[in-house]
Amino acid sequence: MARNKEGLILLVDVGPTMHSVLPEIQKVCSLLIQKKLVYSKYDEVGVVVFGTEDTKNDLTKEVGGYEHVTVLQPIKVVDGDLVDVMQQLPRGTVPGDFMDAIVVGMDMLIKKYQETIKGKKRICLITNAMYPIKDPYEGTKEDQVYTIAEQMAAHGMKIDCIVFKGNQIHDTHDSIIKENDMLLSIFSKKTKAKAVRVESSTSLLGALRTRNISPVTIYRGDLELSSTFKIKVWVYKKTSEEKFPTLKKYSDKAPSTDKFATHEIKIDYEYKSVQDPSKVVPPEQRIKGYRYGPQVIPISSAELEAVKFRPEKSVKLLGFTNASNIMRHYYMKDVNIFIADPGNKKAIIAVSALARAMKEMNKVAILRCVWRQGQTNVVIGVLTPNVSENDNIADSFYFNVLPFAEDIREFQFPSFSNLPASVQPNSEQQEAADKLVMMLDLAPAGKEEALRPDFTPNPVLERFYHHLELKSKHPDAAVPPLDATLKRITEPDPEVISQNKLVIDEFRRCFDLKENPKLKKSTRRLLRDRTSGSFGGEVVKNEGRSTDLVTSTSTVKVETIGDSTPVPDFEAMISRRDSPEWVSKAIFGMKNKVFDLVENSYEGDTYPKALECLVALRRGCVIEQEPKQFNNFLHHLYRFCQEKDLSSFCEFLASKDITLITKTEAEDSEIAEGDARSLFVKAEPNSSK
Amino acid sequence: MDMDPDDVFRDEEDDPENDLYQERQASKELLVYLVDASPKMFNITCPGEDQKNESHFHVAVSCIAQFIKVQIINRPYDEIAICFFNTREKKNLQDLNGVYVFNVAEREHLDNLTARFIREFDCVEESFNKLIGSEYGIVSGSRDNSLYNAFWVAQALLRKGSAKTADKRILLLTNEDDPFGNIKGVTKLDMARTTLQRAKDAQDLGISIELLPLSRPNEEFNVSLCYADLIGLDGDDLAQFMPLAGERSFICADTGALVQEPPKRFQIYKNEEIKFSTEELSEIKRVSTGSLRLLGFKPLSCLKDYHNLRPSTFVSPSDEEVMGSTCIFIALHRSMIRLKRFAVAFYGSSARPQLVGLVAQDEIVDAGGQLEPPGMHMIYLPYSEDIRLIEELHSETTGNMPSATEDQIQKATALMKRVDLRDFSVCQFANPALQSHYAVVQALALDEDEMPEINDETLPDEEGMARPGIAKALEEFKVSVYGENYDEENENTAQGKANAASKKRKVASEDALVKCAYYDWPKLADDGKLKDLTVQELKYYVTAHKLPVAGKKEALISRILTHMGK
Repeated sequence: MARNKEGLILLVDVGPTMHSVLPEIQKVCSLLIQKKLVYSKYDEVGVVVFGTEDTKNDLTKEVGGYEHVTVLQPIKVVDGDLVDVMQQLPRGTVPGDFMDAIVVGMDMLIKKYQETIKGKKRICLITNAMYPIKDPYEGTKEDQVYTIAEQMAAHGMKIDCIVFKGNQIHDTHDSIIKENDMLLSIFSKKTKAKAVRVESSTSLLGALRTRNISPVTIYRGDLELSSTFKIKVWVYKKTSEEKFPTLKKYSDKAPSTDKFATHEIKIDYEYKSVQDPSKVVPPEQRIKGYRYGPQVIPISSAELEAVKFRPEKSVKLLGFTNASNIMRHYYMKDVNIFIADPGNKKAIIAVSALARAMKEMNKVAILRCVWRQGQTNVVIGVLTPNVSENDNIADSFYFNVLPFAEDIREFQFPSFSNLPASVQPNSEQQEAADKLVMMLDLAPAGKEEALRPDFTPNPVLERFYHHLELKSKHPDAAVPPLDATLKRITEPDPEVISQNKLVIDEFRRCFDLKENPKLKKSTRRLLRDRTSGSFGGEVVKNEGRSTDLVTSTSTVKVETIGDSTPVPDFEAMISRRDSPEWVSKAIFGMKNKVFDLVENSYEGDTYPKALECLVALRRGCVIEQEPKQFNNFLHHLYRFCQEKDLSSFCEFLASKDITLITKTEAEDSEIAEGDARSLFVKAEPNSSK
Repeated sequence: MDMDPDDVFRDEEDDPENDLYQERQASKELLVYLVDASPKMFNITCPGEDQKNESHFHVAVSCIAQFIKVQIINRPYDEIAICFFNTREKKNLQDLNGVYVFNVAEREHLDNLTARFIREFDCVEESFNKLIGSEYGIVSGSRDNSLYNAFWVAQALLRKGSAKTADKRILLLTNEDDPFGNIKGVTKLDMARTTLQRAKDAQDLGISIELLPLSRPNEEFNVSLCYADLIGLDGDDLAQFMPLAGERSFICADTGALVQEPPKRFQIYKNEEIKFSTEELSEIKRVSTGSLRLLGFKPLSCLKDYHNLRPSTFVSPSDEEVMGSTCIFIALHRSMIRLKRFAVAFYGSSARPQLVGLVAQDEIVDAGGQLEPPGMHMIYLPYSEDIRLIEELHSETTGNMPSATEDQIQKATALMKRVDLRDFSVCQFANPALQSHYAVVQALALDEDEMPEINDETLPDEEGMARPGIAKALEEFKVSVYGENYDEENENTAQGKANAASKKRKVASEDALVKCAYYDWPKLADDGKLKDLTVQELKYYVTAHKLPVAGKKEALISRILTHMGK
C-alpha cells in the first residue's frame, strides 16, 4: 500500500532574519502536509527548525555540537497534529547554521530508514542563507559539503533548497551570501538536488512543491528522424493541470447512528426513449449512433472496433521549419517534454546536437506522434529546443500539440487600420501606452521576475486547503479571505502601481473612457468595479479595460443568474440570441433572484441589490417588449410583500420611483401613462398605517 | 412497426422533443410533402376517429392540414411545399407527368406558410377530383414513372437555401408498398433503379427522405419491398434507431434511497468527512473581483514554450459597452508589438481562475484574405503546481552530462537545412482519425459495401526523405553521433535486453510445460472441474500451449476449452 511512501524532513530556518516570512513558510508547509493527508497519507514527515535558542536533537546528545537545531517533530506518518506543528513554528533568536541542520536531517533519515525507500528520502531546506556556517574541524567548508553531498547521494537522498532573498537591506553580508550560494550549489552538482532562489513571499509559496507526483513516461521508444535513423527518447508531461480536488457527493440519508456509513452517492445512468420517457432502455438494446444529417446511423461497437483508425505506435519526424511559422497561440494543450533515454549516451548527444542546432538556426521540428499502441488518433506537434544551462542536466525538447485543420476557427475581425480615425490612438496616446507597457514591468532587470508561472501557486487550491483545515476544527468555519500574499496573484501589486503612479495617471488622462450612452448595460458594472477597486483611482483604469476585454471575448456565455453579479448575468442572458428561450429564462431567473433578495433581507440590507435587479429586469422587459411579465411580477411582488410583512420594501421601491411599464414604453402594456405609479400610490397609505 | 397512421404522425411531428432535437442541427426546415394520390389511396380505408371508415388519402391530407396549422405557429420560418403525385393533371416547373404541386396565389412553391395556403388546403379534398384528379402514374406499357418524377420535383424545390442553414426533408406519404408491382421484367428493374438513384442523389444533396407508410387493414406495409433501399435502411431495422435521452439518478450508497442532486460535497480529511456546500465551493473559487485584470507586462522571452495548458482564446476590442475601449486597446496592442512585450492578467473565470498572458497579434493578410486577425491571444499560464520538474529527474551526479560537439551540431544544422518544410502551416493536416470516422459513418449511412480508405496526410514523406541529398545529410549526422558501427551496437544493447526478457519467458514456459503435465486436462474439462483449479494452475496450460495468458478465470477456462476443441 505504502509502496510509494516518501520520507521527508522539513528544515526551516527560524532565525531572526526569517521572522518576516515565517507566516508564509507556515502556510506553505502546512499546505504540503495537508496535501499529503489527502493524496498520500502514508508519507512520513519530520520537522526540524534551526536558529532556535534551545537545542534538541540526537546528534548533540551523541557527539555534541549541533547547537540551536531543534527537532520539532521526529519522523512520523502525516496527521492533523503535524499541520498544527507547522502552523506554530517557533521564532528563533540566534543565527542558525543550515549545514548543521542538514546533517541532523540526514541523520534522522538514515536512522529511520537505513537503506530502504531509496530515492524517496527527501530533505527540504528553507533558509535565507544569510549567516555563515561554522568552519569544520578539519579541511575547508567546501570539503565538508562535498563529503555531506556524497553521503547524501550514497543514501539516495534528495535535497531541495529554497533560499529566500527577500528585499533585505543586509547587503553587507554579500560575501557570506555568495559563499553560501556556492556551498549550496555543490549539492546540485553532487546529488539530485534543486536549489531555487526566491525574492518575494508570493514566489516562496510557489517554490515549495507541495505535492509530490512521481513522473511517468507517456512514451518510451524511438524518435524516428527517418526510417533508418532513430533516437531513443522518453516523453514525460511537462505541465499538467493540478485539478481542484474532486469532492464526493454527500448523502445525509444514512441514520446518524450508523458509524460505518460512507455517505457516498452512487450515480446511475439510465437511457430513456425520447418517445416514451417512462421506458428505460436496457444496455443490450442500446447501440451507439452517429448523426448523419438528420439521421442517426447506428454502429455496433464491434463494427466500430473493426473500422477504427489505428495507427502504429511511433514518433516520426515530418521535417523542420522556421520557428516563426508556428505561432505561439497554436499550442493546444499541456506540454510534454522529450528527453533522451537517460541510459543511452549517444541518444543524449543526438538530442543535444539537434536541440542546439535548432536553437542556433531558430528552427523547430514537426512531429507525428502515436504514443501508445491502440491509440485511435495521431497527434501533430511542434518540438522546440530546451538547451540546458546546467552542466549536469541534459538538453531536451518541449513538445506542444498543434491543431489540425478541423480544429482551427477562422474568424475574421476588422483590421485595426480600417477602423475610423476616432478610435486610432494619436501620438500622445501612443506614447502614454508605450510608457505604461514599459513601466508596469513585472520582470525588471536585476530583480526577480514577478508572477513567474514556475513560482506562482494556485490561490484557489491554497484557499481550499486552508478552508479544509479550518473546517476540520470548526465545521461551520466560513471561507477564509484571500490573504495578502496570494492577492499579489489576482490583483495588481500596489507597490508597482504606486511606483508608477505618474505613468498610470498620464495614461488615464490621455484616454477617454465613456459608457456607451446608447447601451446602458454596463453602467452598474463599471460603477461596481469602481467602488470595489481597493486602490482607488489607479486601478480603475485597468479595470475599465479589463471589463471591456471580457465583453469582447465572446467566449463567456452566461446561462444562469448568479449570486454575485445578477445584473450582468441577466443582461448577458437576455441578450443571447442563440435561442429565443433565453429571454424567458432570464426573466424567470431574475424574478426568483428578486424574491430571494427581498425575502432574505435583514432590516432591508438587500433592498438596494434587489432594486438594482428590479431596475435591470424592467429595462430588459422594455427592450424585449415583455411589459406584462414585469407588470404582473411587480403586482405579485407587491402582494407578496404585503403578506410577508415586508411593506418596507414597497416603500423603498416607491421612493426609488419604480413604476409599471406603460403603454408608451411597450406597445403590449395595458397601463396608461397616468396609471404607472398606481400600485405604489395605493401602497403608500397602506404601509404608512 | 406500429402501423396506425395516426400514431405515425404523432411520432414524427407532434412530439415537441423531436422538434427540439432537430433544432440543434439547423434552425430552419425546408419540407416537401409528397402525397400519393393514386386511386389506391382513395379506395382503401381504415377506421377513423369516429369509427367511420376513412380513406387513406383523407387521413394523409387531414394530418398534413393539422400539422401545418401547428407549424405556422411554432416554426413560422419553416418553408413548406405540398406535392401530389399519381395525379391526372400536372402542375410543376419541370412539367413532368403525374405530379401536381399544390399552391395558392402570391406564394412560391416552397415558401413560408400563409393563412390562405392553409385555408385552401383545408378544402383541397372537396375540389380534388375536379382540379387535380387521381390516376395511376406507373402503368405497364408507359415509361412514365410518377414516383421518380415526384422525387425530381421535390428535389428541385429543395434546391433553394443552403444545406448548412436549413434542414431539408421530403416526407413521402403512401400506402403502396410496391410502386412498381404492376410492371414486369427489365422495365421494372430499370424504373426501380432510376428511382433509387434519384432518391440517392437527393440524399447526397443533404435532403433526407422519410417515409410515412399507411398500411391496409389486413396487410402490413412491407417497407422492404422497395422503400427500404430508397431511404437507406434495412427493412428490419427501420425507424428503430431513435436517439435516447440519458438521465442520471443519484442513489445513496448507504441506504439505496433515491436522492436529489445533493447540495453538499465532502472530502475525507484526517479520517473525517469535511462537508462543503456548493456556495462555499464557488466562494473558494472566487478569488478575483474583475473578470480579467491587468497585472503588468513582461518581455516576450519570459513566455516559455512550456507555459501552456489549453488552446488560447482570442481577444478583440469592442466599443459596444465602453466607448474608447478600442482606442486604448489599439494603443496597447501597438506598444506591446513594438516593445515585444506581453501583458500578464488574472482571468477570474468561475471554472478555473488563472493567470493568463495576453500576446498581441498583428494582422496578417495575404492575397486570399485575413490569415490572422488583429487582437490579443490569451494564453493560459500554468501555476507552479502544474509544472513538473522533469529535467532534473535524470541529472547526472557523477560529472557533466555529455553534450554535442561543434561538429555534431554542424551536421544537425546541415540536416535541418535539407529537411526544411518551408511553407509549413498548422492547418495543412486534416485529422485522420476524424476523417476516417466520418467516412465510416457515411459509408454505413449510404450502405456502401466497401469501407473507405483514408489517406493519412500526417505520415512523413518517406520518398522525400530518401532523396540523395537528405539521405546523405542524415547519414552524416548519424555517423557523427553514433559512429560508424552504430547499428551493431544498437542491436547489441537491444538484444541484451531482449535476451534477458526472453530468457525469463523461456524459463517460465518450460516450467509451465512440466507443471502442465501433472494434470489430466481432458478429464478435468469433461468433468467440468476446470473451475475448481486456481488461476495459477490454469495458466500452466495456457502458457504451455502458448495461448494468451491475460484475462479472468472464466476467460482462461473458455480459452482452454476452445483450445481442446470442446
